[in-house]
Amino acid sequence: MIEFQQVTKAYRVGNQDIPALHATDLSIEAGQVFGIIGHSGAGKSTLLRLINRLEEPSNGRIIVAGEDITALDAQGLRRFRQRVGMIFQHFNLLSSATVADNVALPLRLAGIADRRQVAARVKSLLARVGLSDHADKYPAQLSGGQKQRVGIARALATEPSILLCDEATSALDPHTTRQVLQLLAEINQELKLTIVLITHEMDVIRRVCDQVAVMDGGHIVEQGKVSDVFLHPQHPTTRSFVFDDESDEDQAEDFAHVPGRILRLTFLGEATFAPLLGRVARATGVDYSILAGRIDRIRDEPCGQLTLALIGGDVDAAMAQLNAAEVHVEVLRG
Amino acid sequence: MSELFNIDWYDIWIATLDTLLMLGGSLFFTVLFGLPLGILLFLTGPRQMFQRNGLYAVLSLVVNALRSLPFIILLIVMIPVTKLITGTSLGVAGAIPPLVVGATPFFARLVETALREVDRGIIEATQSMGASTRQIITRALLPEARPGIIAAVTVIAITLVSYTAMAGVVGGGGLGDLAIRYGYQRFQTDVMIVTVVLLLILVQILQSVGDRLVVHYSRK
Repeated sequence: MIEFQQVTKAYRVGNQDIPALHATDLSIEAGQVFGIIGHSGAGKSTLLRLINRLEEPSNGRIIVAGEDITALDAQGLRRFRQRVGMIFQHFNLLSSATVADNVALPLRLAGIADRRQVAARVKSLLARVGLSDHADKYPAQLSGGQKQRVGIARALATEPSILLCDEATSALDPHTTRQVLQLLAEINQELKLTIVLITHEMDVIRRVCDQVAVMDGGHIVEQGKVSDVFLHPQHPTTRSFVFDDESDEDQAEDFAHVPGRILRLTFLGEATFAPLLGRVARATGVDYSILAGRIDRIRDEPCGQLTLALIGGDVDAAMAQLNAAEVHVEVLRG
Repeated sequence: MSELFNIDWYDIWIATLDTLLMLGGSLFFTVLFGLPLGILLFLTGPRQMFQRNGLYAVLSLVVNALRSLPFIILLIVMIPVTKLITGTSLGVAGAIPPLVVGATPFFARLVETALREVDRGIIEATQSMGASTRQIITRALLPEARPGIIAAVTVIAITLVSYTAMAGVVGGGGLGDLAIRYGYQRFQTDVMIVTVVLLLILVQILQSVGDRLVVHYSRK
């Protein structure tokens, strides 16, 4: 659906080219929710804006739905942009226009002059985002979550096949963030819309994304299925997002005086809820103590990760049984 | 109070009408020329959609030069040009061209400032919808900057009121002219006071109407 071929972007500041995105290949499949996570200045905002050419690439080609959009002329670009919706961190609604007029704007820009057609479309869009009662209000009268809903309705007005989300929940509180993410997930399912979102919160990726790319210093440093990246982060930047502030070094220090073999078990799907540990412990005579753990949900799939110390009994047999139970076992200390 | 009876109220009525005509006429043309000039200044300015450093520098220089020229000098310098445009350098018609030339650069700067106040994110959002430059200006920038532009019109209208008073010097007519000819040159203080009060009332009305419109169109 969206393909980057050796795309680079550098900004010219004075006589110097400051690279924002190093040569990048990227492929985003249709219908996916694709998340890009990175700290500020990592290049994720640049990457997102290259997709609808709010930023012009310095090099490389960007193919969207089979069309080389880097080759489009001004008019072609305008028509292309009508097929790509975008929502923003600070909503960017017209403060001088009502909610209904904000949602109608893309339709009017696209040259749809029939008032009844526009009104009907606006009505159904506002109903979809749950704002039917607010059509005649001005953005200043709405809460942050409501403003973003208006932004989403506006972005969907021209029935785009791609939705770009620029830190769409970063200005919202956690509860509102969940509601907006829920709405995005529903839209993705109902409209088979491809969503590309950027964020600096792993929580956002975990809740809605299928695939994730981690960016650092203008490079994509890690990419893959969210469950893989979330449960088995490889790159230090990814690890910092997944584990927040606790580093492996800190953990190793904490566990230094803990006897036994230290393992990390990763459960995914139904295995998360199976009464596995007790069964294995009884069968093999090992004792276990839980050193660290988390149970989460990646989109709709439950997952869990436990760090254990195994002492006594038949530790090797216990590991064999855990492996057989479709649990991913990592040995942190032998 | 007895001096008040020496005032020719008909003269004052005519002078008031002249002032209003000069104000209306020059305000109309100032907005007509100044709004596009302000938009052009904004668009070609630093880090804007149509950044053109050379063009912006030239426009900026012309605007600054006209603004630094004292209006009274402009009035005199403009006389031949005014004659060319209106056929006379006297009266209401003779006053309007210098008023417009004097006020347009100032108004353009105010418009530029008002447009710069519009959140860049709004321009970006409108671009992302596939808007053309013309649509960005008419559908997003101008509506969003409307309160600021109305405030600019208010400021420029009041500036024009004080300019019209000066136009009396070159035979422009109006309340300022009356104040100079009767109040100053013939020592009729009462006429001077009446004209000043009338100008004060005019400025008050302009300011409060402007303020009300700004509030009406502000949705923030």
